[in-house]
Amino acid sequence: MIEATLEILQRELGKAIAETAIMLGIAALFSLILGISLGFVLYLTRQPAFLANPGLNRGVAGIINFIRSIPFIILVVFTLPFTFWLVGTKIGPVAAAVPMSISATVFLARLVEMSLQEVDRGVIEAAFATGASRALIIRNVLLVEAAPGIARGITVTFISLIGFSAMAGMVGGGGIGNLAVQYGYYRYETGVMLFTIVFLVLIVQFAQYCGDLIARKLAH
Amino acid sequence: MIRLENVSVAFAQPHALFKAVDQVSLEIEEGEFFGIVGPSGAGKSTLVRTINLLQRPTSGKIYLAGREITNLQGRELSLLRQNIGMIFQHFNLIKNASVFDNVALALKASSTPQAMLDSRVHELLELVGLSKQLKQYPQELSGGQKQRVAIARALANRPKILLCDEATSALDPEHTQEVIQSLRDIKALYPLTVVFITHQMEVAKSLFDRIAIMASGRVVEVDSAYQIFSRPKSAEACSLVKRSLNFGLSEEVRAKGGELYKIIFKAEHAYAPTIAEISAKFQVDLSIMAGRIEYIQNQPLGCLVVSLDPKLEAEKRSKVLDFLQTRAWVSPYQED
Repeated sequence: MIEATLEILQRELGKAIAETAIMLGIAALFSLILGISLGFVLYLTRQPAFLANPGLNRGVAGIINFIRSIPFIILVVFTLPFTFWLVGTKIGPVAAAVPMSISATVFLARLVEMSLQEVDRGVIEAAFATGASRALIIRNVLLVEAAPGIARGITVTFISLIGFSAMAGMVGGGGIGNLAVQYGYYRYETGVMLFTIVFLVLIVQFAQYCGDLIARKLAH
Repeated sequence: MIRLENVSVAFAQPHALFKAVDQVSLEIEEGEFFGIVGPSGAGKSTLVRTINLLQRPTSGKIYLAGREITNLQGRELSLLRQNIGMIFQHFNLIKNASVFDNVALALKASSTPQAMLDSRVHELLELVGLSKQLKQYPQELSGGQKQRVAIARALANRPKILLCDEATSALDPEHTQEVIQSLRDIKALYPLTVVFITHQMEVAKSLFDRIAIMASGRVVEVDSAYQIFSRPKSAEACSLVKRSLNFGLSEEVRAKGGELYKIIFKAEHAYAPTIAEISAKFQVDLSIMAGRIEYIQNQPLGCLVVSLDPKLEAEKRSKVLDFLQTRAWVSPYQED
């Protein structure tokens, strides 16, 4: 029993980890850049003091809500044509990273928007009273004050990406989630299942630990 | 220096238009310590925010040093704000930035060259007595220290005007004194015009040259601090002053004390032996139940609570009161 499990893990684990790393890496990178930007767009377009633009705000918010209301597993299927157009394939970790990036982007965008909304309006007003430009206030006040919240948002997003990666694995993305389903579920290899669970728990714990540490460093 | 002409600010509310500031005209002289006093909700904050256009007036005009600023935008608005410092009730410091960075923000706003930024921040923190707290974060400071950091930030670009929005209202009395002293010291060093809004009469008494009393969005009275305290004219000023010159007499004193009157002497009579004169002139004894002397703008303001014998005949009583009226502001004593 244990020998069989070890044999499977020896054969498959390296590849699975690499695939998961690719999925997480790509999705994390894109969602970080796009999610934080969109979060700022959502916030800034709603503030009269910054770039009040109700039309743009409603548009972006509408698209985000639309994507957020689609269950991830359906989003994967729904975005297949787009994925194929973008990366030239519908299977493999790179293809799986496309819907993962989309889903994580809109998720993070909302979390970033929330962190920005929690920034004390008085502090922003005081910054405007110094005569600072909007760009300076965004960089030196908004970003600084919202940084701990944004760090926590990134942590939560990254952890849900780990969950997404397992689901994406089922529909051809490969990775650790796929390992659990192929061997642990279809072939009743409980040992593999348990191993992948422990492995994922450790990654999540580690991500949460790092996220908390960074958030604490940014807050005073 | 600052001139407001028929300034109104209205906010749209679900059912009506709420006029936070209603047709206010004011002139504030250069170098003045000008107070705007009134109960909360009177529109003081909204009014003071129109001076640096954090709040655009719905109508009316604002002039600074003779130049109309009401419609400034963009770059010009930035420059204007660099010339007007502002401090707030809740300090409004950047929590996640050090004391140094909080002050530096204002200097970056005016594009101060990096080479000068460092020394200027040091200079400013020296001025408010916080050079040692440079690397600390707001959370590690007391309320008084936070407000002094805010003062340093407000003065970073050598403004001619300093706006203070309830700057001491969130502080305990000790820290209030600390901030007041800081403002006094700075005012002695620099030719600043200060506009200070507060609902604390104690602060008004100790700081202001002139006072505007505000109620329901309107300025109801403007006068020197001494006049406001010794001869308030409007009902709003009277009630504010009365409350601030309260003595807190006990239930028993009020019950047994006969007819109680509060007397506030005019400056020129502050040194006159008025009570003794009354005894001699009318053969009436006034008993003094409470008294103190306040100093407003370094002028003495004498306050007494006296009681008249209830058995005193009406004619004599009115003569005594008439005589008192010529020297003081007399009102029946009320505890409120």
